[in-house]
Amino acid sequence: MTANTATTASIQKCIRPEVFPSTMCPGCGHGILMGAILRAVDELGLDMRRMLFVSGIGCAGWIPSPHFAADTLHTTHGRPVAFATGAALFNPGLNVVVIGGDGDIAAIGGNHLIHAARRDLDMTVICANNQIYGMTGGQVTPTTDIGTITATTPQGNEEPPFDLCKLVEGAGASFVARYSVYHIRPLIRTLKEAFQHRGFAFVEVLSPCPTQWGRRNQFADPVALLERYKTLCVPKDRAEKISAEELAGKVVVGRFR
Amino acid sequence: MPEIAINRDWCKGCYICVNVCPRHVLEIDQESFDHGFHPVVAARPDDCTVCRQCELLCPDLAISVSGEEAAGAPAGEAHVEPLAPAPRPLPQGWATAPSPLPAGRYFLQGDEACAEGAIAAGCNYYAGYPITPASEIMERICARFAVLLGKRVFVQMEDEIASIASCVGAAWAGAKAMTATSGPGISLMLENLGYAIITETPVVIVDVQRAGPSTGQATRPGQGDFMQVRWGAHGDYELIALSPWSVAEMYTETIRAFNLAERFRVPVILLADEGVGHLRENLTIPPEVRIFNRIGPSDREPPFGGRPVPPMPVFGEGHRVLVTGSTHDEWGYRRTSSARVQAELTARLCTKITDSMDEIVESETYLCDDDRLDLLLVSFGFTARSALGAARMAREAGYRVGLFRPRTVWPFPAEALRAVAAKSARVLVAEMNRGQMLREVQRVVPNARGFGKTDGEVIAPDEIWDAAKEYLR
Ligand SMILES: Cc1ncc(C[n+]2csc(CCOP(=O)(O)OP(=O)(O)O)c2C)c(N)n1
Ligand code: SF4
Ligand code: SF4
Ligand code: SF4
Ligand SMILES: [Mg+2]
Repeated sequence: MTANTATTASIQKCIRPEVFPSTMCPGCGHGILMGAILRAVDELGLDMRRMLFVSGIGCAGWIPSPHFAADTLHTTHGRPVAFATGAALFNPGLNVVVIGGDGDIAAIGGNHLIHAARRDLDMTVICANNQIYGMTGGQVTPTTDIGTITATTPQGNEEPPFDLCKLVEGAGASFVARYSVYHIRPLIRTLKEAFQHRGFAFVEVLSPCPTQWGRRNQFADPVALLERYKTLCVPKDRAEKISAEELAGKVVVGRFR
Repeated sequence: MPEIAINRDWCKGCYICVNVCPRHVLEIDQESFDHGFHPVVAARPDDCTVCRQCELLCPDLAISVSGEEAAGAPAGEAHVEPLAPAPRPLPQGWATAPSPLPAGRYFLQGDEACAEGAIAAGCNYYAGYPITPASEIMERICARFAVLLGKRVFVQMEDEIASIASCVGAAWAGAKAMTATSGPGISLMLENLGYAIITETPVVIVDVQRAGPSTGQATRPGQGDFMQVRWGAHGDYELIALSPWSVAEMYTETIRAFNLAERFRVPVILLADEGVGHLRENLTIPPEVRIFNRIGPSDREPPFGGRPVPPMPVFGEGHRVLVTGSTHDEWGYRRTSSARVQAELTARLCTKITDSMDEIVESETYLCDDDRLDLLLVSFGFTARSALGAARMAREAGYRVGLFRPRTVWPFPAEALRAVAAKSARVLVAEMNRGQMLREVQRVVPNARGFGKTDGEVIAPDEIWDAAKEYLR
């Protein structure tokens, strides 16, 4: 352990304890991501009073609001990146972090995402990707895999999903990475790099939703759902070495830019 | 020996910690039952290596391991240095500011005068998306921001949803923000207009109306957004909308829009139309302008309650403010199942406006000095110019005809209208729509008649005079 490892105790100063326990379901990956963000902030020694967390509508939108003891702007569905643009441009002294779900960031908010990436605005966008509309009851999203059962794809999803990292990289972002919440240490390290990056940093975080995704797809147990990422994800270095067949159906994780 | 603390009130019993611990330190206590599940216990703390895997993967910050390895971890707020002041508009409250444009007479287009009014009022953030007949506002702002001193941000956004969203974000970062558009853009902005209302964000939205619905006639005037700007967002609320009828008022009413937005923490709509937006005429720029800057909180004052218009903190000032579009209490905490909080919030959002009508509502009367009038014309925006022409024609023909012109259209100046309408047996509302303001006038004067036109042309004075003659007959 390095001396600057943030602990559950040390991040207490970054939260509003009176709003805990959170309203998230047991085993929700968004809670793990919440901890990872706070640990990254704490390990960097960032001043929460200079942090602005902007979120949209969805379970992911509740990660910072009201849990974080910082300025928080809990906006409308799909628009957090656009709201954040105004604050980031007007006061560059703010450390602006956007947190939203896959529906929020990639479906209704997809246009704002690519344009913010194109402008290479100085902010971090974290997409908490559970491949489902969690809050509204488990409908298909643009990142849901083919074959997944959702409330609106009872026979299995037929539409191919976005690769968000490729999308955002193509749009011009200067920092692009993906991890799952299971990859907690690389995730915290990557969040720290993203917070320090000048320019548009995009971090896609695969986050399990046991309630809406898991229950429909034989992964109701949060532990099994979390550990699924162990075999599902392939680090970028390894992915470059293995065959296409081996890579089929896997998710590549790492820093892409 | 490492100490493993499990917060029983925060733990939800997902058992992730039990399964990820490489040393099998944690166990599910099958014997007891608490908070609806079997609690987790540290059965073998001696075996713990303080790897923190359990801590890191607990979704509820419910497990805390302390041991030697944690020594040196930061404790307490590491940063106590004073914050650099956030860029908020100063001084607070009313102030007199020198005009950024040198005083004197100018020949300007309405849209350009609007841009100058915004700058004079202290606008330092503009986000927009091109649309006829409002683009000239954006272009003028863009050019002027580039040469003016002081921090100013201009950004052309990807759409109108993003334009108003970024204005709200900038306003909370301390900006005086504005966006301008026309009907199609207003349609896109409505959800975030509601957001600005519930979060009590000062922002100015210019609607240079054109003929609709939909794309309609992009280059032609209309006044069909009269009701849309009032009722377009969902839910119950009040907002302010002002109606300029000249290039001079495109300047002065834009300043007033900013002042009211800052004073009442409310979005203010400048409801212009293509007629005034593209009109060119003289205006006089005074050497000084009266401006109002938002009041900030002194010490610990709630940002969303306590007073009719609560003080507004700015991001980065250390207030750790919670802004949300969900129903919230006075400190910004979501209270989405409290009937009381919802009732109080929606009531205050309305009464902070309706209890201050004297400060907000302005109207003008013309040719109304007689004790009795044969006919009262009611009209707003560009059409009111023609209505005044019609009233003059009527006077020449020997009829006592006057004009009532709301300069604040929302809240509608019902009381002022009631006073002058009492003089007249006939009230005729002229507008470039099919009777939108007429409905509002009829709430005061039930038998008022309307003269509405929706052919994408401005209404000429003689057309109104003809309609008036018909009525007078
Ligand atoms: C304009 C609008 N459309 C729809 C909704 C309903 N809505 C609320 S949350 C949500 C989905 C959230 O999904 P996601 O962004 O993936 O977040 P998650 O809950 O999965 O974390 C939707 C569609 C809304 N609030 N606003
Ligand atoms: S529905 Fe899914 S995403 Fe939402 S809190 Fe529950 S587990 Fe998390
Ligand atoms: S710190 Fe590591 S060893 Fe100790 S209980 Fe947690 S997971 Fe097990
Ligand atoms: S991981 Fe956290 S919430 Fe889950 S059982 Fe362990 S302590 Fe409780
Ligand atoms: Mg989701």
